[in-house]
Amino acid sequence: MRRVAVVTFPGSNCDADARHAVRLFGMEAVPVWHKDTALPKVDAVILPGGFSYGDYLRCGAIARFSPIMPEVVRFASQGGPVLGICNGFQVLCEVGLVPGVLLRNSKLRFLCQDVNLRMEGKPTPWSRPGGETIRIPIAHMEGHWFADDETLARVEGEGQVIFRYADGAPNGAMRDVAGVCNASGNVVGLMPHPERYVEAGVGGTDGRRVFEALVEALA
Amino acid sequence: MRAKVYVTLKAGVHDPAGKAVSGGLQSLGYSEVKEVRIGKFFEMEIEDRPDAEARLREMCEKLLANTVIERFRVELG
Repeated sequence: MRRVAVVTFPGSNCDADARHAVRLFGMEAVPVWHKDTALPKVDAVILPGGFSYGDYLRCGAIARFSPIMPEVVRFASQGGPVLGICNGFQVLCEVGLVPGVLLRNSKLRFLCQDVNLRMEGKPTPWSRPGGETIRIPIAHMEGHWFADDETLARVEGEGQVIFRYADGAPNGAMRDVAGVCNASGNVVGLMPHPERYVEAGVGGTDGRRVFEALVEALA
Repeated sequence: MRAKVYVTLKAGVHDPAGKAVSGGLQSLGYSEVKEVRIGKFFEMEIEDRPDAEARLREMCEKLLANTVIERFRVELG
């Protein structure tokens, strides 16, 4: 059975949802505490959403120094699939595993709504390019993705934008970026929450695409 | 020894909160306010050592500032 680690930081609040989604797809969800210094033997790692360390200083800035993070970085550098959702995306930006940074939403409002996302760019273990549009929710205050011109040109040129808000970014994100990957494509940061839309009757099922892609990638 | 660190947004980085404060000041009648950019100020008590400034700058680069969007200035003593 494939095993997926879900890291819990103090203030994570989507870790249980992420573990539930992983189990729905026949994989074992392995809870990992931020103070752990070794990653168990797993096939993928998820950094869930929430408010790690109360978002003190900057979102994800403190979590980035959690004892488990060097292990996550090592796993990523060996090509292991890593997904950071929402606050997990912010942590990935702070630790430098994915490009850019997430700023306060341009209209200064916490945004909690469904969004349409276009899947594009290079193939990753967490997405399938091809222009399919999926509808999943966002819930964030800091989702305005920003990168300097040079980084932006590189990211766009290499097909590292893998999820884009199809109807314009509600948070002001540059180029409507909702999700980006690293240069090799194994590490993905995604602002919306696929783990929340994996069961009919609870919002929708479009979030399944992300987990189906992982199942396929690990097959 | 006392150390002060100022972290401010780089030019061109969107600051909606600064904009809101600027609008607030203007609506209070301070029409001279053209722009507000919000940053962070850290007051720190640190041990005196010869490489204090270099280490302080290192702290800024590693944690206190995100150099993708922010610049920093340190003052010692």
